[in-house]
Amino acid sequence: MQHLLATHPRRRLFQLSPPATKPSREGVFFLPSIRIGLAVLALGGLGAGSLALAQEPPAPSPERSRELIRMVRQDCGSCHGLTLRGGLGSPLLPETLRDKPPDGLKHTILLGRPGTAMPPWKTFLNEAEADWIVAQLLRGFPEESK
Amino acid sequence: MRKALRAWCWAILAFLPLLAWSAEPTLRGTGDLGVIIERSAGRVLIVSTSSNSIISKVEGLGDLSHASVVFSRDARYAYVFGRDGGLSKVDILRGTLEKRIVQGGNSIGGAISQNGRLVAVANYEPGGLKVFTADTLEPVADIPAAYGDNKLSKVVGIADLPGDRFIYSLFDADQIWIADLRDPKAPKVEKFSNIGKAPYDGLVTPDSRHYMAGLFGEDGIALLDTWQPEQGVKRILANYGRGEEKLPVYKMPHLRGWAVAGHQVYLPAIGRHEVLVADTIHWKETARIAVRGQPVFVVARPDGRQVWVNFAFPDNGFVQVIDTLSGKIVQTLEPGKAVLHLEFTPRGETVWASARDDHKVLIYDTASFAKLAELPADSPSGIFFTSRAHRIGF
Repeated sequence: MQHLLATHPRRRLFQLSPPATKPSREGVFFLPSIRIGLAVLALGGLGAGSLALAQEPPAPSPERSRELIRMVRQDCGSCHGLTLRGGLGSPLLPETLRDKPPDGLKHTILLGRPGTAMPPWKTFLNEAEADWIVAQLLRGFPEESK
Repeated sequence: MRKALRAWCWAILAFLPLLAWSAEPTLRGTGDLGVIIERSAGRVLIVSTSSNSIISKVEGLGDLSHASVVFSRDARYAYVFGRDGGLSKVDILRGTLEKRIVQGGNSIGGAISQNGRLVAVANYEPGGLKVFTADTLEPVADIPAAYGDNKLSKVVGIADLPGDRFIYSLFDADQIWIADLRDPKAPKVEKFSNIGKAPYDGLVTPDSRHYMAGLFGEDGIALLDTWQPEQGVKRILANYGRGEEKLPVYKMPHLRGWAVAGHQVYLPAIGRHEVLVADTIHWKETARIAVRGQPVFVVARPDGRQVWVNFAFPDNGFVQVIDTLSGKIVQTLEPGKAVLHLEFTPRGETVWASARDDHKVLIYDTASFAKLAELPADSPSGIFFTSRAHRIGF
């Protein structure tokens, strides 16, 4: 899987069908400022069906969302890559994460993975923000707005 | 009046040859030039350290998060190693992209051989070393970092050694390898195993004799005397944590850059707010200096009198300066948000610092610590001056 990602990252991202295991629910959870970007991502990247994700966590304020997006892209990106295709850390693309339970991913973010280079981020994030980050990672993480 | 007119005529006549000459391309050297990575834009800035200004921009270099640069021996070309496996050759005089290949899936660094003919890329994916001709970027050798049960390790900490060799560490395999490319068609590889857990970066000392690999998985540094490789890899500064609980590490430190000043080497302590100091004769710890955060770059000014330190998130807005004579911190600066890299001009009168989240590069006088200039840059990260072209290990 990782090998495929490495050779055709973008194309893979755009060909993938959405995770099929989740019960559906309409997505009505985004603040206006990020709704457009995410909708574009969802439509272009994953197909309209991906709006039907389960239990979408509430989005943080627009300002905090921007901070979190920058943190993930830049600071997580220092190990996982700016494009989240992986580096010293593993890739964080929807294809690589979708088989993993979201709760486990949240705990990895908050508590780190002892014995590896993954540090705990709980000092900088609350649980709801970690949930939101996981949800964004699973649907294809937003780009930073300029 | 007439006299004045005549004087003007003479003056214009005298300047005519100059005017004609200026129609030709301006001749200039590259010794005061450098390259700054704009990590999110896939672009590099070509800068002059004489005028403290940007002289051109080169686009289309791909994903440059964590990009690094080496220079051709004539200091005209910059080889840029991109995260996406891209290897780009940039003509810094013309400000053009001469050639770009995508040679791997994921990489962050490389090196150029002593004779300047080979460029080697250390790859995360597929784990291993790939070697190319410096002039045309044609592939000449592929050395997978194979270990264990057909696994490939990420390669980190690459540096050149005399004799057209490259030394590097295998993050996943706890090994150091030396690839001898004197005959590029038949590379010879010497391997050192069990060098310590999870080497994350490496450097060679300015005399190229010793290679040091920082260990992420344990406290300590792996040290190889490349003049006497038969003595094997030694562990130095082992157990520097002395049983204390480590702090979480939000950014891997870098060992690139000369951290050697006089007979001391200055090294970042993993997961600690400390710079470790060891002597380069017995390789014993001589001091540890408490600093503002977890060090990322610990770099000596070329004369060795100062060591400058930047830090991991969340202390990455600070830079501290250690006076190597007293071992004390003599200055704490706040250049801007997310200071990612520091680079000294060749003789050390200024240092350039990139502030990623403020989108600028700051230039400081290293004697007075006064800020001399600011340059706009889009998420700047690495800064590389052409003086690296003539240093082993860069």
